[in-house]
Amino acid sequence: MNADTFFSRVRILGAGIDVFGDLLVRDGLIADFGPSLGQPEGATIIEAEGAILCPGLVDMRAALGEPGFEYRETIASAAVAAAAGGITTLAALPDTQPAIDDPALVQLLRTRGEETGSLTILPYGAVTRGCRGEELSEIGLLREAGAVAFTDGSRAIGSARLMRLALSYARGFGARIVQHPEEPSLAAGGSATESEQSTRLGLPGIPAAAEAMMVARDIRLAELTGGAVHFSHVSTGEALALIRIAKAAGLAVTCDTAPPYFDLNETSIGDFRTYAKLSPPLRKEHDRKAVIAALADGTIDAIASDHQPRDADDKRQPFALASAGGSGLATLLAITLAHVHNGSLPLPAALDLLTVRPAALLGIQTGRIAKGAIADLCLFDLDRIWKVEAGKLPGKAQNTPFDGRALEGVVLGTWKRGTRVFG
Amino acid sequence: MFYRQKHLLAIEGLEPPAISQLLDLAESYVLLNRSGKTQRDLLRGRTLINLFFEDSTRTRTSFELAGKRLGADVINMSVSTSSVNKGETLIDTAATLNAMHCDLLVVRHGQSGAPLLLAQIVDAAVINAGDGTHEHPTQALLDALTIKRRKGRIAGLIVAICGDIAHSRVARSNIHLLTTMGCQVRVVGPPTLIPAEVSELGVTVFHDMALGLAGADVVMMLRLQRERMSRGEVPSAREFFRFYGLDMDKLAHAKPDAIVMHPGPMNRGVEIDSAVADDPLRSVIKEQVEMGVAVRMAVLDTLSRDHRRNER
Repeated sequence: MNADTFFSRVRILGAGIDVFGDLLVRDGLIADFGPSLGQPEGATIIEAEGAILCPGLVDMRAALGEPGFEYRETIASAAVAAAAGGITTLAALPDTQPAIDDPALVQLLRTRGEETGSLTILPYGAVTRGCRGEELSEIGLLREAGAVAFTDGSRAIGSARLMRLALSYARGFGARIVQHPEEPSLAAGGSATESEQSTRLGLPGIPAAAEAMMVARDIRLAELTGGAVHFSHVSTGEALALIRIAKAAGLAVTCDTAPPYFDLNETSIGDFRTYAKLSPPLRKEHDRKAVIAALADGTIDAIASDHQPRDADDKRQPFALASAGGSGLATLLAITLAHVHNGSLPLPAALDLLTVRPAALLGIQTGRIAKGAIADLCLFDLDRIWKVEAGKLPGKAQNTPFDGRALEGVVLGTWKRGTRVFG
Repeated sequence: MFYRQKHLLAIEGLEPPAISQLLDLAESYVLLNRSGKTQRDLLRGRTLINLFFEDSTRTRTSFELAGKRLGADVINMSVSTSSVNKGETLIDTAATLNAMHCDLLVVRHGQSGAPLLLAQIVDAAVINAGDGTHEHPTQALLDALTIKRRKGRIAGLIVAICGDIAHSRVARSNIHLLTTMGCQVRVVGPPTLIPAEVSELGVTVFHDMALGLAGADVVMMLRLQRERMSRGEVPSAREFFRFYGLDMDKLAHAKPDAIVMHPGPMNRGVEIDSAVADDPLRSVIKEQVEMGVAVRMAVLDTLSRDHRRNER
């Protein structure tokens, strides 16, 4: 049995809790917390006066390199990066090679997560076999094996008929369909947001409307089927306005966004910077501001890393040929905190977007501070400064769109079921 | 010296004095070429590699001639896309070229931004000879020189660029250069071939040739690729010619002394009628080719100057 861990004089923050005091971890669970606890004998004392102790982050959208793309990221390297980023639970996208369209693969990923000792992997199941967008996968069996929700990952479910079937069928198993909202025929061949900038650079554009029209379609299909749809990495004001209306109407519609979409805009790709080539593409400044507003007003339910590991060869290409995607595990918390520091988001709301709210969407009980809850914890210094440097990030994937960025907010330690796994 | 960059990757970002410097030098090369007194040892011992990932007899030959007239050792490398598909990346190609100690690297590539990527890796001065739908700087310079010699000036002229603006690197470089030098630039074409928010680049958009050409001093036609029809951006060649092809009737809307330009190769009967293309009074298309060699000599000369100074 592990020794107890005693956090002394920290700010304990998460899901409605905000107290300055102590927190005791025993047997992998939060045994007690409060303004002043007695120090038990033999406990490991963590003294970090003024630091913030929050639930381990729950990242509801990340691609792992395994299976199939181990040159980009392995589960082991992703777990290292996640722990360094304060992430203790991660929902893994199924558009791997092979795709996660078989119950055995769902079980394998869960097991591989447990083997890391630091990261719970919650696999998404593929909506369609091979994520090819043709025929439904065995959603019931995948659900039974532990798939938390269903998506084709970075591929939009383009056929309206297929999306209707998926929403309808998954409803019978209480499962959510997670959509990459981008009308494929409008986005085909595009590599940047269609704008003055794409015109200047001579890059094929993707209109912002490609996102909004897929969101509009799927909201109608959710209404038609009674199914639950979740939109990933929403990046445009237009799409968020539609989601806001759908939520007000009481439809089962939710969404997340990722740090690039509220921290960066299209100018990051100036001079053909492929590390800033993402899918969806970085948008105009007014869209970035709309994402911030939707985070603040609650329209957006979660902030996910949208981690997409790529290696140098994937990126050292002419822009249109370079692979889209940015690494995001190590920067998820600090980029979010940047918008706490600049006054856009209150700290408790920002942490909820990284913990309890995605946990609720994934149907899990973690992401909270409560007596008896599993002690997945993240301890961070809100003000300490560091600099993002591609090549020096934890884990394998170095393709950060935030290279060179100075940030305030450093993870001091991460605990998984009471065991320290970082710091 | 106003031109201070190591490479020539784009017109965008160049200041008027830098452009004027290149044009003035090019003009002196026109006279030298015509008199047959070109200085043949300026680039002696220098290696110029023409690295073409896309076929282009015209541009490659022009650079080859420019390099040879200045005494450089000129090597043509045509890299078929198939060898790229076999796994050799642009980065590998760049490493190979670096090992050859090339001084001037002329690059034509089908992808926007490829010359910049090469410039970040190779030691040579890189000259963009056309990248994707991004830029084709020497084409814009030779067009400007042609205009200047014919019209006596550049500033204040009305220039109509017509046809497939969206997929044209020639159009982009010309828009940047001509607006920078004080022209009124119009773009004319069907809405499917006008790129997003192009008016932010300082041009006025027209979808009607009569209106777009009204009062123009210069009519610049662009090549329309067959692909535009197969991709449905234009229904047919004959429909395009009917509404956007330059014939004598449409040209009549421009100024009586307006000149007609085309970067070549022309699709006669698609974007331009032969009667216009071959009209010795209006068409300056052959002169553009002559200016091309002089402009490229000026560019090679300018980009080699730092190097030469260092050796002294």
